[in-house]
Amino acid sequence: MRGSEMYHYRMRRLVDGLMRVLVWLALVVALIPLFSILGEVFSKGAPHLNMDVLISPMPTVGEQGGGIGNAIQGTLITIFLASIIGVPLGVLSGIFLSEYGEFKLSSAVRFFNDVLSGFPSIVIGIFSYTIIVTSIGFSVMAAAFALAIIMIPIITRTTEEALKIVPLTVREAALALGISRWKTLIYIVIRGAKRGIATGILLAIARVAGESAPILITMGYWRWWFSGLNKPVANLALNIYLFAVSPFDNWRNLAWLSALTLTAMILMINVVMRIFTKEKYI
Amino acid sequence: MMGHPYKFEVEKLDAYFGEKKVLNNINMKIRDKAVTAIIGPSGCGKTTLLRCLNRMHEIIPGARVHGKVLFNGVNIYDDEIDPVTIRRKIGMVFQKPNPFPMMSIYENVAIGLKLNGVRERKKLDSAVERALKMANLWDEVKNDLHRSGASLSGGQQQRLCIARALAVEPEAILMDEPCSALDPIATEKIESLIRNLAEEYAVIIVTHNMQQAARVSDFTAFLYLGELIEYGTTKELFENPKNPLTEKYITGRFG
Repeated sequence: MRGSEMYHYRMRRLVDGLMRVLVWLALVVALIPLFSILGEVFSKGAPHLNMDVLISPMPTVGEQGGGIGNAIQGTLITIFLASIIGVPLGVLSGIFLSEYGEFKLSSAVRFFNDVLSGFPSIVIGIFSYTIIVTSIGFSVMAAAFALAIIMIPIITRTTEEALKIVPLTVREAALALGISRWKTLIYIVIRGAKRGIATGILLAIARVAGESAPILITMGYWRWWFSGLNKPVANLALNIYLFAVSPFDNWRNLAWLSALTLTAMILMINVVMRIFTKEKYI
Repeated sequence: MMGHPYKFEVEKLDAYFGEKKVLNNINMKIRDKAVTAIIGPSGCGKTTLLRCLNRMHEIIPGARVHGKVLFNGVNIYDDEIDPVTIRRKIGMVFQKPNPFPMMSIYENVAIGLKLNGVRERKKLDSAVERALKMANLWDEVKNDLHRSGASLSGGQQQRLCIARALAVEPEAILMDEPCSALDPIATEKIESLIRNLAEEYAVIIVTHNMQQAARVSDFTAFLYLGELIEYGTTKELFENPKNPLTEKYITGRFG
């Protein structure tokens, strides 16, 4: 009896140890690509980083120097415009799905929202092309419109999930205090879900910041600075593609720098958003 | 208003969840400045009856009410009555403590007034202090009013919820098994608080704990399968029940 107990105990210890090693191994394997990409982008991009490069526009063929200033400007403008359209629509749809679920419409909205989130971004780019590019031409408006459509389902989903986490009892407590439904929603429920909603917005921004297919189809390349909403702007993601396959060293360096800048930009938006939604209380 | 000796008069009240009738022809008059307990086995409609008194029943999809509930002599189910105003006048405390998330103790108590238009800092400060004192929580939290409400213990959270309900100066307090999630010491504190509140308010408490009903209430209503079986003074109902069902229930032979 005693011998077999010892045996089982040893087996349990062995399996336990084995599982622990496996889990750590899986973590390391998952982190290797992340850190090697970050390391590569940093080591290849950082040496070319200087103030000049960040504020000069793209070089032409054979030209030395130049930079990614116009691409940074263009990317920020495009994301900003896309957010102006996408964030309110996404957040409001999420609120509708979570708070006004009594309407029959909501399950249809939820279904189409899920379908939309699975759409290839190039198709959304073509959609924007057919309704905006064909009327006002290749432009930052057309690109922002396409990116906004990509953002909406992501934001809608995460907003709905974040609101659903706020317990029913909290809503009931507010209603029982004689607080009207919309005030309960805005001042109490959304307050409880603020961080979750912010995370959703962030995810959506990060996703569209790296999009290149819909940009290509709605704006194409543009080597100058911003010159109006009905004109294209330059774009970091597109820069990476254009420069990386070029035969010029100068351009390939700029490709690495664009990648580094894009990564840093997303990280910065992330940090700023965290600070903005930081809560004193849990 | 002085002419109404009763705070609530429930007349021929039926309540439904969809097609299911959960309250059947309830008639009862509830006195002001007294504690009225509603007892009965699980699923008998105690909570539904309570939630009919401040129009909280109807917020559940598919829930309906027929009949009248007079509050200060006015039918709260009249077409012209806004349920939001009614709920402002009748405070409610729930089974589980439910302080508002991401709000301090102060904000939890002040939010009802704030969202009803009170902006003056001084007024809010004094209202928060008054409500916390009435809820016997002031001494425990007065030095860190700006700590998270969720950081309090369960019993303190429940008293915070009572303070939150009192801050908007209601005329009656409804409590739905307010001690069911609390330990005996916290329960004792809430019970003595209930007695104090009855000096100023009509307090109606749903409980599945008969000893609690006997300890805190002046009047007790016994509900069974959606019907009001017996209603009278607590002493009378516990010592000399008229209905055999009541007797069976309070002696613990079913439930």
